[in-house]
Amino acid sequence: MSERRLEAVDLHLWRGDRHVLRGLEFSLGGSECLQVTGSNGSGKTSLLRTLCGLMWPEQGRVLWGGSDIRRDMPAFHTDLAYIGHEPPLKADLTPRENLLYWAGIRRRLTGDEANDALSRVGAAAWGDRPVRTLSAGQKRRVALAGLMLLAAPLWLLDEPTTNLDAEGQQLVSSLIREQLARGGLVVAAVHHELTLAGSALRRLELAGG
Amino acid sequence: MGDAVISTAVNVRPPLSSPLEAARLMLARDIRLALRKRGQIIQPLVFFAIVTTLFPLGISPELSRLRDVAPGVLWVAALLSSLLALEFLFRDDAHDGTLEQHVLSGQSLAWLMFAKTAAHWLLTGLPLAVMAPLAGLSLGVPAASLGGIVFSVALGSIALSLIGAIGAALTLTVKRSGALLSLLTLPLSMPVLIFGARATELAIKGAPYGPPLYLLGALAVLGVTLAPLAAAAAVRISLE
Repeated sequence: MSERRLEAVDLHLWRGDRHVLRGLEFSLGGSECLQVTGSNGSGKTSLLRTLCGLMWPEQGRVLWGGSDIRRDMPAFHTDLAYIGHEPPLKADLTPRENLLYWAGIRRRLTGDEANDALSRVGAAAWGDRPVRTLSAGQKRRVALAGLMLLAAPLWLLDEPTTNLDAEGQQLVSSLIREQLARGGLVVAAVHHELTLAGSALRRLELAGG
Repeated sequence: MGDAVISTAVNVRPPLSSPLEAARLMLARDIRLALRKRGQIIQPLVFFAIVTTLFPLGISPELSRLRDVAPGVLWVAALLSSLLALEFLFRDDAHDGTLEQHVLSGQSLAWLMFAKTAAHWLLTGLPLAVMAPLAGLSLGVPAASLGGIVFSVALGSIALSLIGAIGAALTLTVKRSGALLSLLTLPLSMPVLIFGARATELAIKGAPYGPPLYLLGALAVLGVTLAPLAAAAAVRISLE
């Protein structure tokens, strides 16, 4: 448990000729949530993609449990759940099929678990419709169900509340609170403040290039 | 705050899926997707059928002349139709973000790429091998040689799918990748074309076609061992 720590050390990232991250540093421990804010184009998504190892910084390192994530990417990735702008769902499959695949390639998963996750996010009624017929908010809810099923200690969320109604935003908050209560870590890029009463919320403001 | 259905503590982790399980899920998913979008499988096959039937119209309906050009026609058509199918290999996954999740799955990306390419071959290469006898018969090929043709196309298309996977992964971020994809993969596919056409030619003549078939097998094995690694590296670069 004490090993669970995500650190960014002197991160510099360039996108083309823009210096997006300039010497970014932070250290996040278990049960802590880092809220990343900043205007459009300030590098929130780039930061998240760098933290999960999809982008390689020009300088600096990302440490997980004290060791560089590049030393053992697969091990780091089994501890990580990342959800980007778009929910990673196949339009021609149903939400249930999507979850059984997406979470299933990582961990053993039963159909009951998938059903439980779907009903938790309020998707029980439309869990067997093709994803292409769902609204953006419904897709986002399916992605949240996937996030639960991945059962990873580290969550990296890019705009988790986009397209969600008030009740859906509540759901995001309660999922994050539960993750923190389990000792997990959350890094969330957001436009609107997260409402996490009583939880350890830390803030990072990206100035923008 | 809702009922806590999932109470798995983070430190009590569910068991991870084995690589075999992940590959099985990948195969099942891609086959299911293909069955829901049949157009993507049928298009290359129709293309193959049309190209091979155009030749008799263009050259001459004389069977003896057609029989001479049959190996080349069959193989060039097979090559081009496999190229047509390649564009769909990673494009959809990259578009909807599932490719990113493959990279982040904790499974070996090369292994997942292999499973994905295997599914692709089952859906495009194998049907091509099944169709080849029909195209062969329309080119006046003797019935006794059909077995050799099916075998060589099946074996050759394994190599073509794997070579193509590298090209498809490299051109993921290119907007209209068709032309670039063919420029990248066609030169690499030449050995497959040469040995495949040679095996087909020998089969038509009734001669033993083993040796070129062995070489096709060697190319397929080379592809199986190296192409997934190259495709995985290319996918990582494309996603950055």
